[in-house]
Amino acid sequence: MHLSRLRIVLPLAALALVLVASGCGGGGSKSSGGGGGTLVFGAEADPVVLDGALVSDGTSIRVLYQIYEGLTALKPGTSEVVPSLATSWKTSADGLSWTFNLREGVKFQDGEPFNADAVCFNFDRWYNFPEAFQNASVSYYWQYGFGGGFAKPAEGAVGPSDSLYKSCEAVDEKTVKLDLNRPSSTVLSTLTLPALSMESPKALQDFGADEGTVDKDGLFRPSGSYGTKHPTGTGPFKFESWTRGDKLVLVRNDDYWGDKAKVEKVIFRPISDNAARLQALQTGEIQGYDLVEPQDADTITGDDTLQLLERPPFNVGYIGFNQSKPPLDKLEVRQAIAHAINRQRVVDSFYGGRGVVAKEFMPKEIFGYADDVVTYDYDPAKSKQLLQKAGLTMPVSLDFWYPTEVSRDYMPDPKRNFEAFAADLNKAGFKVKPHSAPWSPDYTDIIETGKAQVYLIGWIADFADPDNFIGTFFQSPKPEWGFDNAEIQGLLNKAERETDQAKRTSLYQEANRKIMEFLPGLPYVHAKAALAFQSKVEGYVPSPVGVGGESFASVALGD
Amino acid sequence: MLKFAVRRLLLLVPILLGLSILVFFWIRALPGGPAQALLGERATPETIAQIERQYGLDQPVHVQYWKYLQRTLRFDLGTSVASRRPVTDELAERFPATIELSLAAMIFSVVFGIPLGFIAAKRYGTWLDHSSLVASLIGISIPIFFLAILLKYVFAVKLGLLPTVGRISVLIDLNHPTKFYVLDALLAGDLNALWDVLKHLILPAVALGSIPLAIIARITRAAVLDVQNEDYVRTARAKGLSPREVDERHILRNALLPIMTIIGLQTGLLLSGAVLTETVFAWPGMGTWLVGAIRNRDFPVLQGGILFVALVFVLVNLIVDMAYALANPRIRVS
Repeated sequence: MHLSRLRIVLPLAALALVLVASGCGGGGSKSSGGGGGTLVFGAEADPVVLDGALVSDGTSIRVLYQIYEGLTALKPGTSEVVPSLATSWKTSADGLSWTFNLREGVKFQDGEPFNADAVCFNFDRWYNFPEAFQNASVSYYWQYGFGGGFAKPAEGAVGPSDSLYKSCEAVDEKTVKLDLNRPSSTVLSTLTLPALSMESPKALQDFGADEGTVDKDGLFRPSGSYGTKHPTGTGPFKFESWTRGDKLVLVRNDDYWGDKAKVEKVIFRPISDNAARLQALQTGEIQGYDLVEPQDADTITGDDTLQLLERPPFNVGYIGFNQSKPPLDKLEVRQAIAHAINRQRVVDSFYGGRGVVAKEFMPKEIFGYADDVVTYDYDPAKSKQLLQKAGLTMPVSLDFWYPTEVSRDYMPDPKRNFEAFAADLNKAGFKVKPHSAPWSPDYTDIIETGKAQVYLIGWIADFADPDNFIGTFFQSPKPEWGFDNAEIQGLLNKAERETDQAKRTSLYQEANRKIMEFLPGLPYVHAKAALAFQSKVEGYVPSPVGVGGESFASVALGD
Repeated sequence: MLKFAVRRLLLLVPILLGLSILVFFWIRALPGGPAQALLGERATPETIAQIERQYGLDQPVHVQYWKYLQRTLRFDLGTSVASRRPVTDELAERFPATIELSLAAMIFSVVFGIPLGFIAAKRYGTWLDHSSLVASLIGISIPIFFLAILLKYVFAVKLGLLPTVGRISVLIDLNHPTKFYVLDALLAGDLNALWDVLKHLILPAVALGSIPLAIIARITRAAVLDVQNEDYVRTARAKGLSPREVDERHILRNALLPIMTIIGLQTGLLLSGAVLTETVFAWPGMGTWLVGAIRNRDFPVLQGGILFVALVFVLVNLIVDMAYALANPRIRVS
C-alpha cells in the first residue's frame, strides 16, 4: 500500500480497533462499579487523616463516621441524642460530674476491649495534646464543640482553668466518670461528634498517632501510620486500604456489636469536580455522591436510574442588624425592615427548590424550636407606618453589606439576594447604600468587628444543639449585633446549664420567642443540601448534621 | 554542544529564582490565606492569628521568603497545609500521573497529527485539505474542558464504552512500584489491569492532545508544502527516485525539523493543559493537585509545585533544542 495512505489508514484502524475492543471488553463501564456487596461513593477529595481527633473537614468525617463511634450518637436523620457506646448516664446535682455506663461486650477492631480505661485514655489524649495539635484547624471540635482546653496550653489556647473538661476517672471496667469545670448540657450533643470518637488506645500507641516532627514552617508532619494505615474504632466498618488519588476501601466489621452492615465493602473515590461526579454517577462508576449542585437537581430527578435525597437543613441565612448604629437601635425600624422584605420570593427564586423560609434563628429539626414565634409578613405599607411611628423622615438610609467571592448553601449567590432585598427596602421607605467586600478575610472581619450596620450572613452549625445556633449568636454581647439584652442572655445561660432535657427544650423555646420579639436580625432561609444515588441504593438516611451522622451500614444495593 | 547545554543550564538559576519570587508574592496577594481556607466560616481573628503564628505567616514577607529559599535549596519543599504531608512526597505521587497522561496525549497528537498534516499537504487544495484546516481550527479553538465533557458524554454516558474518572477501576487491585500505571500493569503481568488502565487513558489523552494534534497537523502541512517546492526535492525526483522514496528521505526528514520544535513547545504547554483535563477526569496528577492548592491557599504546595513545573518546562525545552541541533547540521556548526 502506498506509504502516504498507510499513514492515514494505520492510525484510523488503530482507533477503530480500540473502540471496538473496549466495547467488547466487558460491556463497557455502565453498572460495573457496584455489583454484589460493594458500594462506590464519589467523595470530593481524599481525607486528610483517619484520626477523628485531628480533623474537622467533612471529607475526612464521612469516612471516620463509618469506622468509629462515640459515647452517644444521633438517631439517624434527626438531632435526637441516643445511647451508643454508653448505654445510660446521670449527672451529679451540681452538674459538674457525668457518670456513663458503658456497653458490654464491645471490642475495638484490633480485638482490644472497649472499657472505661479506653474512654479515659482518649479524653486524656485530647486534653494533653502538644502545641502542634492545638490550633483550630486540627482540634476544632474538641475546643469549640466540646469546649475542652489543654493541660499545657500554647499561646492563645484555653488552659486547665477555662477548660470544660477537668478529668476522667475509670470507676470500674464499665463505668466512667467525667468531671467538668462548669455545668453544661451540650455535653451529650457534643459527644456525638466524630472528633470525640473512641479510638483504640493500643493502636494509637503502637502506630504513633501523635508522633511527628514540626518542620521549619511550624507545620506538623505526622510520622506515625495510625491515621493512614491503622485507624481502629468500634464501628460497623473496618479500614482495609488507601491509595491516595485512587480509592479508600472499608470492609464490613463482622464482629460489630450492633446490626452488621448490609454491604460488604464501601469504596471512596476522590473526584473534585462536581460535573465529573455527576457523570461518574450516570455511567455507574460511582453509586452516589454528596453536595449536588442545584442546577443538576432536574437532571437527576428526571433520570429513572437515579434518585435525589435531601438533607434536613442545619443552617440559617439571615440579615444581621447592628444596634450600635442608629436608627437600628429602634425596634420599629427593625420591624419595618422585617415587613419590607419578601422572603418567600427570594427563597423560591434563588435556592433551586431547596430553600425553606426561616421564621427564627434555627431550623425546626433542632429541639428547642418554637412554632409560635412572632412572624413578620410581607407588608411594605406597614413598614412605612412603623417608620413614621418611630418619628423618622423617609427615606431612611441604610448601609447594607454583602460578601463577594463566596457561595454557601444558605447563600448560593449573595449578590442576587442583596439586590432583591435592596429593591424591596427601597420601595418601603428606605434608601439602601450598597457595600461589599471579599468574604475572606475582609468581609468576615468587617462584620465581626461591628463595622457593618446591616449585613448578609448565615451560619452552618457544628453540632445538633440549639446552643450551637442561638447560644453562639446571643449568649454574650457581640460587636456584630451591638446590643446587650440581659433577659435573652439569662435565658440562654440557664438553658445551657439545665440538665433535664424537657426543661432545657422549653427554655430554648422561650428564648426563641423572646429573640424574635426583640428582632436582633432577620432570619430568612434554611437551605437543604442534597445527595444523589443510583435508584438501586436503599437505606441511606440523610442527617441534619451531614456526614457526621450518616452511616453506610444501613445501605443495601437492591436491583 | 556541551557548552551550549551548560550555558542553558546556568540560565536556569536566574529563571527559577525570579519565578520563585513571583510565585511567593503573588500567592500572598490573593485574598485570604491558608488559615482562612482551613477554618472557613469558623475563622475568628483569634483562630486565624493562632494558625498564622504557627505557620510563620505573621512574619514580614521578606523574612518568610528568606526562610523559604534556604529550605528549598536543601530540597525541602515544606509541608502541605491541607494534607499535612511533605510536598516532595505528594510531588512524587502526582508527577508520574501527569507524565503518563501527557505522554499519552503527545503520542496521540503525533501519531495522528503528522499523517493528517502530510495528507493535507499532498492533497493540497482539495476538500480533504480544506476540511482538515477547518477541523484543526476547531481543535485549537475548542476549550479543553468542554471537549472533555463532550467526549465523556458521548463515549461514556451515552455509549458506555469508556470510563470517565480516575486512572484505573476501583474494583481492580494493582501494586504501584513505579506509579506509572501502564508500567505497573506490565510488571505485574496483569493484562486485565493493563487494558483497564489504557481504557482510562484514552479520553483524557484525546482531550488533552486535541490542541497539539491540531497544531502539529497544521505545521506538518505547512512544512511539507514548503519542502516540496525546494530545489533538492526537484533534484531527487529528477534523479528518478520513486515518489515514496522522495517522501520519506527528503520531504519528511526535512519537514520534521520545524515539527520537532513545535512538539517540544507543545510538550511544555501540555503541562498547563493538563490542569483542566485532569480536573474534568478526576485524574490524580499535578493539575488537580495545584488547582486544589489554590482553593486551599496551600502556600507550600503552590510554591513547590509551580517551581517544579517551571523546572520541567525549561528542561524539556533544553532537550528539544539540543535534539533539534543534533538533527539539523546547519545549527551544529554555529
